[in-house]
Amino acid sequence: MSKQKDRYQNRTELLQGTLDMLILQTLQWAPRHGYALSKAIRTNSGEILKVDTGSLYPALHRLERKGWIEAEWKASDLGPRLRVYRLTKAGKRQLVAERSRWERLTAAITGILNPAEKENVR
Amino acid sequence: MRWTFWERRNKELQEEIQTHLLLAECDGMESGQTEKAARHAARREFGNVGVTEEVTRDMWGWRWAVDFLQDLRYAIRSFRHRPGFVAVALLTLALGTGATTLMFSLVSGVLLKPLPFPEPNRLVAVNGHTDAWNTKIYGEQKVAYLDFLDCQRESRSLDLAALVYNNGTLSAPGEPQYVNYFEISPELFSVVRVPVAQGRAFLPEEDRIGATPVAILGYSFWQRHFDGRADALGSSIVLEQKQYTIVGVAPAGFRLYGDEPDVYTPLGQDAAGYLRNRTAQPVHVVARLRLDATLGQAQAEIALTGSHLARAFADTNAGRSLLVKRLQPDVGDTRPTLWLLLGAVGLVLLIACANVASLMLARAVSRERELAMRVALGASRSRLVRQCLTESALLGVAGGLLGIWLAATGLHPFLTFWPGDLPRAEEIQLDWRVLMFALGVSVLSGLLFGLAPALRAPARNLEQILRASARTMPGSSRRLHSAFVISEIALAIVLLVAAGMLGRTLLHASSLSPGLDIHNLLVMRMALSPASLTDPARIPAAWQEVIDRARRVPGVQSVTAVDIVPMREGNNQIGYWPTPSVPPQDKQPVALASSATPDFLKVMGIPLLEGRFFDEHDRLGSELVIVVDDVLAKSAFGGQDALGRSLWIPDMPCAQTTKTFVACSAPYKIVGVVGHVRYWGLAGDDQAQVRAQFYYPFAQVALPFLRRWSQLMSIAVRTSVPPLTVVEPLRQELRGQASDQVLYQVRTMEQLAHNSLAMQRFLLLLFGVFAALALILACIGIYGVLAYLTGQRVPEIGIRMALGARPSEVMWLVLRQSLEMISLGIGIGTIAAGAAGRVLERLVEGMQPTMLSTSVIIIPFLVFAAMFASLVPARRASRVDPMSALRQE
Repeated sequence: MSKQKDRYQNRTELLQGTLDMLILQTLQWAPRHGYALSKAIRTNSGEILKVDTGSLYPALHRLERKGWIEAEWKASDLGPRLRVYRLTKAGKRQLVAERSRWERLTAAITGILNPAEKENVR
Repeated sequence: MRWTFWERRNKELQEEIQTHLLLAECDGMESGQTEKAARHAARREFGNVGVTEEVTRDMWGWRWAVDFLQDLRYAIRSFRHRPGFVAVALLTLALGTGATTLMFSLVSGVLLKPLPFPEPNRLVAVNGHTDAWNTKIYGEQKVAYLDFLDCQRESRSLDLAALVYNNGTLSAPGEPQYVNYFEISPELFSVVRVPVAQGRAFLPEEDRIGATPVAILGYSFWQRHFDGRADALGSSIVLEQKQYTIVGVAPAGFRLYGDEPDVYTPLGQDAAGYLRNRTAQPVHVVARLRLDATLGQAQAEIALTGSHLARAFADTNAGRSLLVKRLQPDVGDTRPTLWLLLGAVGLVLLIACANVASLMLARAVSRERELAMRVALGASRSRLVRQCLTESALLGVAGGLLGIWLAATGLHPFLTFWPGDLPRAEEIQLDWRVLMFALGVSVLSGLLFGLAPALRAPARNLEQILRASARTMPGSSRRLHSAFVISEIALAIVLLVAAGMLGRTLLHASSLSPGLDIHNLLVMRMALSPASLTDPARIPAAWQEVIDRARRVPGVQSVTAVDIVPMREGNNQIGYWPTPSVPPQDKQPVALASSATPDFLKVMGIPLLEGRFFDEHDRLGSELVIVVDDVLAKSAFGGQDALGRSLWIPDMPCAQTTKTFVACSAPYKIVGVVGHVRYWGLAGDDQAQVRAQFYYPFAQVALPFLRRWSQLMSIAVRTSVPPLTVVEPLRQELRGQASDQVLYQVRTMEQLAHNSLAMQRFLLLLFGVFAALALILACIGIYGVLAYLTGQRVPEIGIRMALGARPSEVMWLVLRQSLEMISLGIGIGTIAAGAAGRVLERLVEGMQPTMLSTSVIIIPFLVFAAMFASLVPARRASRVDPMSALRQE
């Protein structure tokens, strides 16, 4: 049991930085519940990124605790109520920070992957 | 509350995840799957629901609480597998914390609790202070009534009240009895801020000479003699021949100095001379700081008043200043005893902790592989330390709760067992203060004995531990084990030596001669009929009649009246000088002065060394005579003959028949030298500050003092039959014409001598119990640690034996290990015992400085006990079968 738990935790950590950003970004347009969120991420990434639910819910609850998103129970047509997450002001600021960090990171990685271009520029 | 919140969030999380699954299932069905297939797909997609929930829960940040519960469950489970270990540990801890809690509840109730009045920190006492010798001996002095009135009138920062302690005969209603009463100023109850239980307090207009006599009953007295009836109010009592109307009942349990008084009367109504001059200081002054006033202001103000008075009344007040101090509960001399006992039980608790720690450590070492495995599987070190600490804290708290239960059941029996009266005993209870202390002590001790094992949780070289077999044991662990045993032995030595010193002190004191014949000797206080006291001139005849009548009782051989009885409370210390040029008070040597009638020596059985005792020719008007004891004779005149010499005793109630106190310039001729009597008790006398004694004839006490002296007199009776059998006949014989003469505080001299060692006996008993407990615990500790260490070494021993070691050599191997620990413990313990011995010598009356010689007796005893405890493991080691030991590998 504890072994399995450790595995899940490791995956969470692996994805953490990016997953947080993806969640915040997706919630920017509209509040969503967990299932809709995972579906939106999958669809928006062109079915490439599949969010692992074992990471999604811990991430949502962690972001909620940090005050970047807030949750609210909403009735649904299906019957059971839904826990809907919405971006907070702090969350918006965090999203901006994470995006700029991500852009710097990708730029750096791109730089490493295409060294020739850099040399050419010089 | 927190728990239900947790439950709710848990449910919500489950709901959230179930909804997720439901939505996924719906999507699957929309895309054409069967319901069953869609559900399976949704589940598969989602993964392990339980683990997801758990990881999500971790995000909530209450991980520690969950962990704690988990650790608690784990601890309980693991304790259940080791009932023996848990039973020993719990019992040890319960004894340790129980004894400590009990002792602390005494310290708390008697010493730490504030006075049981509202805003006790704003109550103060006003005391007189002079630099003369009597301050040193008696402590702070009380205040003259007139000085009190001046302070009361002038003070802006204090509300003052006065009380004077007094005794007298209450002749109606009912049988005459001797009572203690407080004469109080009318403000007393309002200053202390406790309302009277019934009726009213005294009024200001009742506080002057000639006002209607009114009285307030003490609550217990009211309960005892009026059965708590409300109609006691308005009825009357006759106290010292004066009729008082009862107007009120004092608050329940109200006491300020000494015991709860029986009756209160208005101080201002008392016309007695000693209240109307400034030479005598009979008044206790208590006061409350007024609103906005500070202690500093009050001190400055009262000091100023004091210096005004010293200037204005130089003949009586010169050199006397007035001090303001916070009012402290009157606890007599119990303070050192209580702290001493708390210290002693603290040592027992420490031993208990060391014992449990070594047990826990043994467990921790045998669990090392398990812990290493858990680290390897990802548990963090802090997590393991926390887990170990949870276990020991659980043990500590459980032991503490048991201990509190022990203390609660043992408290009352223990209090009845206390020698004499423990002041403020009614305030001793297991209150929040004590419970907090007990809980703190048990958690702290839990951490104390849990920390060392917990810190052993493996950090590095895991694979080494995992690979190693149980045989190897790091040296650090062995040292730690030894450290526990060593400290246990050291602590046990301290307690054993203390108990030994007390025992020897008691033996020594019991073997001392009291200086008089204590057998067949009865002493009792005697209150003359208040009628005889009204006329001083009739008092000597009244006493003579008492003596004559007592002598007629069958079984009575001889009778004397005396004011100070050996080994009982009562004290009159006076400075003296062997020449007429007497130095100031603080330079004079001091002796215990008692007045007696001619048969005193015969009754008491005190040896006459030289000269004579008093006879009927020594009376007022004849030459002033005294009889000194050999101690005074030696200290005043060196080796020279004291007989026929004189002493100058300026503070004696002198024969000049004046109303006020006049320094006595006449010499007192020494007509006899008698043996020293151990007045301060068998144990205390040798170290007493004042040992010199002299006696003066009761017949030479001046008339103005006779009334006061008569209130202090006792009679002593030598009998030819068991002394207690003459008590009733004496009572009947001495009732007097108005049958209002009372005998009280009846004691045999044997009882008094026995009681004079009561505190030493009590301490010896307690220390003996503590020391025995310590010894047993230390032996269990040695046994446990050695058994464990030897168990660890079985394979090694097997190899040794396979290589040809003989059983005796193996035994010696184990015993040597134990001897090393024992001797180190003894070394440290002896040093600590030296310090403890000095503390005892300071705190316990008559303590014999026998630390070293006691240690010499105690140590072989301890070594023997400790070696005995090591014998079992040693023998077990010597019987190790080499083949099976090696096969274990």
